Amino acid sequence: MKTTAFLKPLRHAALGAALAAIVGASPAKADEQFFPLQSYRVGPYAAGGTGFFGGFIDYLNLVNTRDGGVNGVKLTWEEGETQYEVEKGVEVYERLKSRPNIAAWTPLSVGIAYALIDRVTEDKVPLTTINHGRTDSTDGRVFPYIFPLLLNPYSETSGIVNYIATREGGTEKLKGKKIVVLYHGSPYGKETIPIYELLAEKYGFTVQQIEVPHPGNEQQSQWLTIRRVKPDYVVLRGWGVQNPVALKTAQKTGFPVNKIIGNVWSNSEEDVIPAGDAAKGYVAITTQASGAEYPVVQEIVKSLYDSGKGNLQDKKRIGSVYHNLGIVNGILNVEAIRIAQAKFGKRTLTGDEVRWGFEHLQLSPERVKELGAENLFRSIHVTWDNHEGNGYVKFQQWDGKKWTPVSDWIAPDWALLRPIIEKSSEQYAKEKGLKVRTKEDVDKVNGPTGVAKQ
Amino acid sequence: MDHTELLFFTEVLVGGLLSGVMYSLVAIGFVLIYKTSGVLNFAQGSMVLFSALTFVSLVERAVPFWVALLATFALMVLLGLSIERLVLRPLVNKPPIILFMATLGLSYMIEGAAQLAWGTQVHALELGIEDLPLEIAGVFISKFDLFAAAIAAAMVTGLTLFFQYTRVGLAFRAVADDTFAAYAVGLRLPRIWATVWTAAGFVATVAGLLWGARLGVQFSLSLIVLKALPVLVLGGFDSILGAIVGGLIIGAAEKLAEVYLGPYVVGGIESWFAYVIALGFLLIRPSGLFGQKPVERA
Repeated sequence: MKTTAFLKPLRHAALGAALAAIVGASPAKADEQFFPLQSYRVGPYAAGGTGFFGGFIDYLNLVNTRDGGVNGVKLTWEEGETQYEVEKGVEVYERLKSRPNIAAWTPLSVGIAYALIDRVTEDKVPLTTINHGRTDSTDGRVFPYIFPLLLNPYSETSGIVNYIATREGGTEKLKGKKIVVLYHGSPYGKETIPIYELLAEKYGFTVQQIEVPHPGNEQQSQWLTIRRVKPDYVVLRGWGVQNPVALKTAQKTGFPVNKIIGNVWSNSEEDVIPAGDAAKGYVAITTQASGAEYPVVQEIVKSLYDSGKGNLQDKKRIGSVYHNLGIVNGILNVEAIRIAQAKFGKRTLTGDEVRWGFEHLQLSPERVKELGAENLFRSIHVTWDNHEGNGYVKFQQWDGKKWTPVSDWIAPDWALLRPIIEKSSEQYAKEKGLKVRTKEDVDKVNGPTGVAKQ
Repeated sequence: MDHTELLFFTEVLVGGLLSGVMYSLVAIGFVLIYKTSGVLNFAQGSMVLFSALTFVSLVERAVPFWVALLATFALMVLLGLSIERLVLRPLVNKPPIILFMATLGLSYMIEGAAQLAWGTQVHALELGIEDLPLEIAGVFISKFDLFAAAIAAAMVTGLTLFFQYTRVGLAFRAVADDTFAAYAVGLRLPRIWATVWTAAGFVATVAGLLWGARLGVQFSLSLIVLKALPVLVLGGFDSILGAIVGGLIIGAAEKLAEVYLGPYVVGGIESWFAYVIALGFLLIRPSGLFGQKPVERA
């Protein structure tokens, strides 16, 4: 009956809220590792939040259901709604920080991550910002607890410029080209302003960076300006509603879609479907493939969704860009715990021990395959001083129904970026009066009984 | 200014005017309620979201277009009547700030209910109007925006005729002019308020469909209320014509400011530039361009 179908989302939401309340009400037990999730399931960025946190929770749930946790340590979590607002994110942090056995924080917001840097450092608990975050937090010498995993914003920028160079026939062909960056008016959007300037200088192209005020539901003037500038490419550094509106406004002002390159937060189904035909031919960067054919996604479907335990309300979103990114984030968090357990014992870990795990999070393509994620993402190699882990990127094109890869895995120019990152992080350390860590500091870990040199 | 620059200026201006009409569509919903009940209905943006989300969710469940449209309209009427009956009527004669706070609370409730009922997923809404640029004398104009402007013009004409030339319209104006006097001469206020909330529901449905087709149907639709507020300040809270003229001025001014002033400051100024204009008008002409000036006898 149709009316029943209409009520289904309502029932799911009510059930979800009830379950969340139950999870929140249950006290943490021994042999449990807790994930406080600063999620957003309502508000302007809910589509991204529900997909990402849906995938993350699905993976944690899979590990519990399939393996009984990580070496017997059950994974638990509780969500706190932030609506992508910094003050709410901080509120959630203050509310959940006293919960025992916290593994890591995941705010999925540059603004919230910035606001929490001092707090998590003092509390000695890692905070991950997969594919986003403060770029210089890549430098683990200065930011021991912050992990912009897989891809920091500068690497993303480098990946995009390298891709444009490939399309043009080499980096030398970038000389004289015009690139416009249309960025979200938020700390996230502004993060890459300096690196575009620097790359423009290095390769000889001109760059014009245009801000779109939050939330980005009106872009007529920006796109008319773009039409006047007549750039060779527009890089869309958007978020939420800004992305489909950009694609639609580009169409209505006559700018060709195949000259728009989306960044890593402008690459989802939610960004292109509302734009309809205006998005056909649009290319965007990604660190993980979309699609449900990967073994780990199939296991999630079989173990969770087939028995009604999946986190996504809409099963059609299984394997979407955000859902798969959430799953990859789950893999990275769980593997960090597994690696730390191999060092400290198969038990509940302290936040600092999990930090050690992240600092040794090295997953080769072979290990990624063992985890059922071959071709879902390539690999990661986090070290004590490189908290990004040199993630590779791919480019995908929207054909109106699905994303199709249009490039192989591409490596950003890490060698070029590292000195810039170090300069910035050292400046930060100087301003804050922080001691720059050395390799010897890595193994000084705050365990259950206090600080110990392992 | 050379020819190319002139063309560009014209394009920005026309684009701004057409965007302004879209803002007016939302502002008209505010005006209708304010005109007859003195309530600034902050929930108008949420009503736009709710209508668009309901319509697109029904269409996605294979409900035929016109049935979905009628069902959405019916639901919006029901919502409007419920708000009037359950929230605003018990608060009648309370200070305006209480009524405003009530609609503010309603706004959050409707947003939450819409997302709870239909989910937070982003939807595409196709109304069958192609959004390709139309070139007129070298100036690119959006076909969709032209269509939206035509709808807005038809709606304003219809509402103006209704207010000017029908008995119900006359009653509306009487209530707007002096609620107590209207009540004293026997006008049935609850019926008038119910009718105007129905009209506001209709306006929200039209605005929801057009904005939904423009942006995609998602939460951000409720934020377009922020675009309507400066329009109201400029045009006057109780004038439908003011909503249109205010929309045109705000739309054009913010686009021209973004393009020509933006590069000299930080850029991204259009979201607050509209409020600069509105604030300026508040200081010079508090009742707006077309708003009724309050007259008090000493």
